[in-house]
Amino acid sequence: MSERISLGRTDNRVTVAKTYKLYIGGAFPRSESGRSYPVTDAKGGFLANAAQGSRKDARDAVVAARKAFGGWSGATAYNRGQVLYRVAEVLEGRREQFTAEVGAAEGVAAKKAQALVDAAVDRLVWYAGWTDKVAAVLGAANPVAGPYFSFSVPEPTGVVAVLAPRQSSLLGLVSVIAPVIAVGNTAVVVASQDRPLPAVTLSEVLATSDVPGGVVNVLTGRTAEIAPWLASHADVNALDLTGAPEALRADLERSAAGTVKRVLRARAAEDFTREPDLSRMRAFLESKTVWHPVGV
Amino acid sequence: MAATSTAPPLPPALADAVRDDASLRRFLHGLPGVDQVGVEQRAAGLGTRSIKKAAKLWAIDTAISMVDLTTLEGADTPGKVRSLAAKARRPDPERPDVPRVAAVCVYPDMVAAAVGELGGTGIGVASVATAFPSGRSSLKVKLEDTAFAVDAGATEIDMVIDRGAFLSGRYGQVFDEIVQVKHACGDAHLKVILETGELATYDNVRRASWLALLAGGDFIKTSTGKVSPAATLPVTHVMLQAVRDWHAQTGQRRGVKPAGGIRTTKDAVKYLVAVNEVAGPGWLTPDLFRFGASTLLNDLLMQRRTQLDGHYSGPDYVTVD
Repeated sequence: MSERISLGRTDNRVTVAKTYKLYIGGAFPRSESGRSYPVTDAKGGFLANAAQGSRKDARDAVVAARKAFGGWSGATAYNRGQVLYRVAEVLEGRREQFTAEVGAAEGVAAKKAQALVDAAVDRLVWYAGWTDKVAAVLGAANPVAGPYFSFSVPEPTGVVAVLAPRQSSLLGLVSVIAPVIAVGNTAVVVASQDRPLPAVTLSEVLATSDVPGGVVNVLTGRTAEIAPWLASHADVNALDLTGAPEALRADLERSAAGTVKRVLRARAAEDFTREPDLSRMRAFLESKTVWHPVGV
Repeated sequence: MAATSTAPPLPPALADAVRDDASLRRFLHGLPGVDQVGVEQRAAGLGTRSIKKAAKLWAIDTAISMVDLTTLEGADTPGKVRSLAAKARRPDPERPDVPRVAAVCVYPDMVAAAVGELGGTGIGVASVATAFPSGRSSLKVKLEDTAFAVDAGATEIDMVIDRGAFLSGRYGQVFDEIVQVKHACGDAHLKVILETGELATYDNVRRASWLALLAGGDFIKTSTGKVSPAATLPVTHVMLQAVRDWHAQTGQRRGVKPAGGIRTTKDAVKYLVAVNEVAGPGWLTPDLFRFGASTLLNDLLMQRRTQLDGHYSGPDYVTVD
C-alpha cells in the first residue's frame, strides 16, 4: 500500500509512520509504560504504531471516567442527545478517513467500508434520539396498594469498562460506546487489539466534538493484559464483555463478581449491522424507585 | 527580647544570635543562601525514586501514622469533628491493623469536641491558633487564642507567624511572638507555620525556619493550607535541612510538617523519601514528621487496600469525610 501512495506523489517523500497515543481524560497521553505496538492491515502490511496501554493507564482512565461521571450523568438527557448528535456530525465530516481506515483494518472493499462508516454515523444519531426517551420507556409509575405515588426512574450505573468488539472496528465500537454514554454513564474502552486505528480516530472525533473530557477514555493495547485490571477495579461499576477473548471471559466475570459489577456478557457473533434495540442501554441502567406519600 | 527560661541552653553561637535584634538579623542574613536550582533538582530527582511492594506498604502505614487529620472550615460543627475523631481512631473500620493517625487538627472552638472523643487514645488534638490563617491581630488576642485552645485540652498548637513583620525585616517581633506563644502553650507542643507560599524565596524559608527553631518551636510547618502554593517538595527540603543542621548544632531533634496540597500516596511517599535522605531515618516518626492533610488519608487507605487485595480500590470503600 505504501508503494501505491508514494507512486501518487511527485517527490521522493518518505511517508510519516504514525505512533498514536491513548485518549484519557480528554487528553492524548502516551502509555505510562512507554510501549507501543505495530498495527497491520488485514493482509499484514504495516499501518501505524499504537500505544500499548498498561494497567496504570487503565487506572488513570478510571480516575478520569469517575471524575467526569458527575457532570455527564447530571447533564440533561436533551443535552446528552445534542452532544451525541454532534459526534455524529463530526464523524460524518471525516468520512473519507474512516472509510480508508475501516477498509484497511477489516480488509473490506471501499464500498462496504463506506457502508459501515455510514451505519456508524446513523447508529450515533439513533442513540442520540433515545437519550431523552429512554426514561419514559424504562421508567414507570407503579400501581401500589397504599396511599403512595410510587415511580421508578432509570439512572446510569456509573463507570463502565467496555471491551470493544474485536472484529467490527468502527461500527461495533460505536455500537458499544453510544448506548453506555447515551444514558449518562462514562466509559473506559479497550479498543480492538488488532484493529485499533478507527478507535484512535474516533477518540480524535470525540475530543473535537462537545463530549466532556473523561466521558469516553480509549485504551489501545493487549486486551488480555488490561481487561483483568478493569474487571477487578473496585471503582468500575459495570463491565461490557463484548470483545473479551473466549478464554478470558469466565475469569473476568469471576473477578467482576468480587466487587458486584454489572456484567454484560458477550453474545456469540453479534451482528452490528442490524438495527439495535434497547438492551445495551438497559444493561447499564439502575432503577430507582421512589415512594411518595399522597392524600395526607 | 524575652528569653526562654525552660529551654536547654543553646550553644554559644546560637545564644549570641538571639541576644538582640541586630544580632538576630546578622545571624539570619548570615545563613548560607539556598541554591534554588540545586534544591529543586534534588527534590525532583528524589521524587522519581520507585518504592514498591513491602517498602510501599511500610511507607503507607508510616504515612498514615503521621497524618494530622485536619478540618479547618468555616462550616465545621462538633458533629463533623466527632466523625473525624472516629476516623482518626480507626481509619479503616474493616481493617483493625491500620495504624491510628497522629492527631486531629481543628479550630480552637472545636478542641473540646475533639478532646471528648480522643481523650485517652493517645491521638493528639492539635489546634490552630494566633488568628489563623492570616495572623493579623494583636499579640494579646493571639495569646488569648492560644490559651483558649490549651485550656480546652489541645496537646499541640499550630501558630502562624506574622508574615508582614517577617517580610519587612522585623525579625525580633516575630521571634518575641513565637517565644510568648510557646510560653502560653505550656506543655502543648508548638508548631510554627511559616506560610512558605507568602515568603517568596527559599532564602526566606531558611531564615524563617531558623527563626522559629531559635524561638523554641517544636515543629516547623510549611503552610496554613489556605494559601497557594502550599507545601512543595523543595520547600520541605529546605526546612528539613534546617532541622538537620539544628540537630547537628544543638543535639535537639525538631520536627517538620508539610501541610496543604499533599493529596496522593505518591506525593506522601516522595516526602518520606525526602525525610530519609535530607534529615535522616531518625525523622521517620510521627514525633518528628507530620502530614497536614484532609484528603490524603483516604488515598492512603485506598492504596493500602490495593496493595493487600491485589486489585485497585475505589472511593466507595473508604469513609466520606
